Amino acid sequence: MIALLKRDLALAVRAGGGFGLGLAFFLIVIVLVPFGVGPQSELLSRIAPGILWVAALLAALLSLDRIFALDHEDGSLPLLATSPLPLEAVALVKGVAHWITTGLPLTLAAPALGFLLNLETGAYAFLLITLLIGTPALSMIGTFGAALTVGLRRGGLLLSLLVLPLYIPTLIFGAEAVRRGADGFSAANALVLQGGITLGVFAFLPFATAAALRVNLR
Amino acid sequence: MSIWEYANPKKFMATTAPVLPWVMWGAGVTLVVGLVWGFFFTPDDYRQGSTVKIFYLHVPAAMMAINIWVMMLVTSLVWLIRRHHVSALAAKAAGPIGIVMTLIALFTGAVWGQPIWGTWWVWDPRLTSFLILFLFYLGYMALWTAIEDDDTAADLTSVLCIVGSVFAVLSRYAVNFWNQGLHQGASLSLDAEENVADVFWYPALVCIAGFILLFVGLVILRTHTEIRLRRARALEARMRA
Amino acid sequence: MSLHVKDLGVARGGRPVLEGVSFDCAPGEALILRGPNGIGKTTLLRTLAGLQPALAGEVAFPEDSGAYASHADGIKSQLSVTENLAFWAEVHGGQLADNVLEDFDLVDLRDRLAGTLSAGQKRRLGLARLGVIGRKVLFLDEPTVSLDGFSVKMFADWLRDTHLGQGGIAVIATHIDLGLDAPVLELTPYKAAQDAAGGSDEAFL
Repeated sequence: MIALLKRDLALAVRAGGGFGLGLAFFLIVIVLVPFGVGPQSELLSRIAPGILWVAALLAALLSLDRIFALDHEDGSLPLLATSPLPLEAVALVKGVAHWITTGLPLTLAAPALGFLLNLETGAYAFLLITLLIGTPALSMIGTFGAALTVGLRRGGLLLSLLVLPLYIPTLIFGAEAVRRGADGFSAANALVLQGGITLGVFAFLPFATAAALRVNLR
Repeated sequence: MSIWEYANPKKFMATTAPVLPWVMWGAGVTLVVGLVWGFFFTPDDYRQGSTVKIFYLHVPAAMMAINIWVMMLVTSLVWLIRRHHVSALAAKAAGPIGIVMTLIALFTGAVWGQPIWGTWWVWDPRLTSFLILFLFYLGYMALWTAIEDDDTAADLTSVLCIVGSVFAVLSRYAVNFWNQGLHQGASLSLDAEENVADVFWYPALVCIAGFILLFVGLVILRTHTEIRLRRARALEARMRA
Repeated sequence: MSLHVKDLGVARGGRPVLEGVSFDCAPGEALILRGPNGIGKTTLLRTLAGLQPALAGEVAFPEDSGAYASHADGIKSQLSVTENLAFWAEVHGGQLADNVLEDFDLVDLRDRLAGTLSAGQKRRLGLARLGVIGRKVLFLDEPTVSLDGFSVKMFADWLRDTHLGQGGIAVIATHIDLGLDAPVLELTPYKAAQDAAGGSDEAFL
């Protein structure tokens, strides 16, 4: 498992753009929002938690179709399937690798972008924590979607259609926690529920992902 | 003699074909009776006036929208476990019916809500949940159409249906957490305190029965179509080989 | 350590292509599969390797000892030759031994990125993977595509001396003569009948 994780990370670094593109997209979306809704700091600060979360979610979506597509093209996938590594472990590693290359950089960049939207001072900690808890779930759910669409030639758009509805609970709890934090309320409920979703996703989705991969390898 | 014998496509066709006209006629008659009774022979609500009568379409459609998804979940599980083609094709056939029911529920809800809440749409938990359900139907049907191989499509949509069901329930509660809402509580419940009077309750039951019959009829019809399509493709493939 | 195949039926795209395939391989034996295009060589090899379910019959070889290789050999162009091989060795719980690089004439290329290799060199790298994973039962689908005569001989030597010599087994679909002393299985007689049972659309006919 470690070997696969190391390889995927090395590939992401060497292929270039793996980290950069998602981050750049995140930045651009955040920059576009004030053009759309107007420059009033008050308004921006009120919608900042939601915008930051939605933008992070969309940025994480961008690279999903590459999770299995490259391994499918060059034939690595059947070779991994016949290796001692169970496909469930492959699915888990792919999700983790996607998080390290996408979710983690987005999480770390989010506070900086929070300044652009006048995020309330009290909300920064919550933004960081919810993204840290929530983005792994986004990656794992996305890995499941990628496994469903791996055999399709133009699966990218379909992948978004399949994955975005599955993102709803994570988004709701994440953005809600930041909003409560910004308003000075307790966000404990939302944080606990979001953590529960992430744990549940990592416990069960590797199996569903592996099942989908097996079907697609046939 | 086991119930699974009917999972054979030919046996299923032969058994359901004679029943189908009866179901369709039954659905038509029941719906006409229920709707006419509901629309013209029940008193207006003292608060909501005659708008309340859209309830005879809204409630059955909303119930079916959810129950059809549950039926798809069950048939998907049957396909994954027992590999009966009829089961997978019935799930495929039910999808478009479910999405139409969801749309009817959303549309009638908007028409009903407008005079009472003064707006066509509010981000109320129940309305939002149905919008989310609509998205789940959309993704499910899109996956069916995107995959060429029939059995692969059946497998993958079944997996999606199971995972989607879990997330649909999660979304339902997440949405409750997110906004408490102004939709009235359940219209029909089996509690002692009925919130709908008997005069409204009986025609509503007839309408629900009509919707259920209509769904059963449509699902049988569409499953027949899917079976014939598969058969045509199978024969074509054998001819080419 | 041996491979038994009995009355195997395989399907491609849900339709039976081969039926009643039976053979045995003892340790150190290879088997060459022959047959016209589309007869089902690739399908048979994928089924043997467990990548797709068999329609009928049985395949028996010790668990976790099979490996599959086709023209797509899982080579990552951004990784160097040794990194590629070390990865597959590690996934299979082993380590990259230097003699593998010698066997496949990759010593001079060891630090090159796989993306900069020629088609033939890449193919050698793909085949070298078989040397590092320590699997005893190999299912090879056209292993010598785009190899020159010298490399073909090198691969055949490795297969004979190192793999089979140490008690390995290989089932190979190939059109050229590898110079192995191995029996040939002609697949044409096993072609599934028009109305063969077991297809996924059978219930609809």
